[in-house]
Amino acid sequence: MNSENRRQDTPRGRAGEPSPIAEPLDAGGRAASITIGDSPELRYVLRLADTCLIHAQRLTEWCGHAPVLEEDIALSNLALDLLGQARALLTHAGAIDGRGYDEDRLAFLREERDYLNLTLVEQPLRRGSAHSPGGDFADTQVRNLLLAVWLKLTWERLQSSSDAELAAVAGKAVKEARYHVEHAAGWVIRLGDGTQESSRRTQAAIERIWPFTAEMFADDEVDRAISARGIGPARSALLEPWLVEVQAVIDEAGVGMPGASRFISSGSRGMHSEHLGFVLAEMQSLQRTYPGGVW
Amino acid sequence: MSQTAVDLAWRVLDTVPDPEIPVLSVRDLGIVRDVSCDQGGASVVLTPTYSGCPATEEIARSVREALEAAGFEPVTVTLRRAPAWTTDWISEAGRRKLLDYGIAPPGPEATDRSGAGLRPIRLLARSIDCPRCGSKRTERLSAFGSTACKALHRCLICLEPFEHFKPI
Repeated sequence: MNSENRRQDTPRGRAGEPSPIAEPLDAGGRAASITIGDSPELRYVLRLADTCLIHAQRLTEWCGHAPVLEEDIALSNLALDLLGQARALLTHAGAIDGRGYDEDRLAFLREERDYLNLTLVEQPLRRGSAHSPGGDFADTQVRNLLLAVWLKLTWERLQSSSDAELAAVAGKAVKEARYHVEHAAGWVIRLGDGTQESSRRTQAAIERIWPFTAEMFADDEVDRAISARGIGPARSALLEPWLVEVQAVIDEAGVGMPGASRFISSGSRGMHSEHLGFVLAEMQSLQRTYPGGVW
Repeated sequence: MSQTAVDLAWRVLDTVPDPEIPVLSVRDLGIVRDVSCDQGGASVVLTPTYSGCPATEEIARSVREALEAAGFEPVTVTLRRAPAWTTDWISEAGRRKLLDYGIAPPGPEATDRSGAGLRPIRLLARSIDCPRCGSKRTERLSAFGSTACKALHRCLICLEPFEHFKPI
């Protein structure tokens, strides 16, 4: 079956305009999934790209719902930065992969098992968000802090990556991440050092989120390969500086840091919690239904 | 001959506005990193401001269209990420235009933030002069404003809100 025949069976992104790419379809006429390879370079870049992308996707759930207008704008801005970082990384992942996949196909046509984000970022954020009761505003800010510090430390180290493209993306992203850290730290202190109720909820948020942080520092064969090749830092090397920065904020907020847990989540190995499937179903529905559709 | 063409291309770029802050040209903004001309064509290298800036593609298109309208053929626009754009690249003329437009221009970007003794937390950023009344008594409402590059501030004297092009 040639691509013209396939197109006739397919809803179009924009009436009358041919798709820029002839997308393979599955049996139901929707865009078929793509899979990814095993190279550590590819997987490393996808881990970072997917963490930024899913974190951004979750943060956009606040758009129009944040407690004050300024924060609504701020959270959308954070999401926009993260989305931009994800786009650059996905484009780079496509180049490493070498099969001609662009950022959109990597974002919209991979299935859950081929998504390599940290499990933390796929956890529901907002109370009442789709499919889950979620947490409250403290969860959002605590999560933003823990991730922003981790990302900032990662970008700082990637600036001297042997991979020139990764180093270039990091050179920009590190400046953005500094603002993200500052913003989230300001909120965690304001909430933790605020009323009895806000302090209690901040502490509860830290305790809910903390078990998911172990994955951020757990090395596996991908980390060992990329750190041996000078591409990026081993995740374990980020733990000490991360604890120093996070502890300083948590101390100033007057709340406590939980002890380490033995649980290690496995999103960066493709094994996710029950939440990612719902995120992807929503995020990918348009491209799956209108294969190759463009703005 | 080629130098004349390069000068002309720069003058054309002086007329291409930033889509978000039209008072600034792309040249004022400091995102044009290189211009070269050869056999009637022009090549321009742009460096994006923010990773997620939605204006990047729009700017690349405006640059191409403006140079084509000025007779350059072919025109190529390439994006270069490194070194990363910094607000230090905004021209002096650009800073004056921002101030006249009501946006407080950025101060110098701190080049080293990793030094010991730096507090990770800065609840109150240093105050920015009000672009309307010139008062130094202002406060930041949020580091994130209507576009990725601007922060929200408020003047405590004239009570007007204003935007600050934040240093990055």
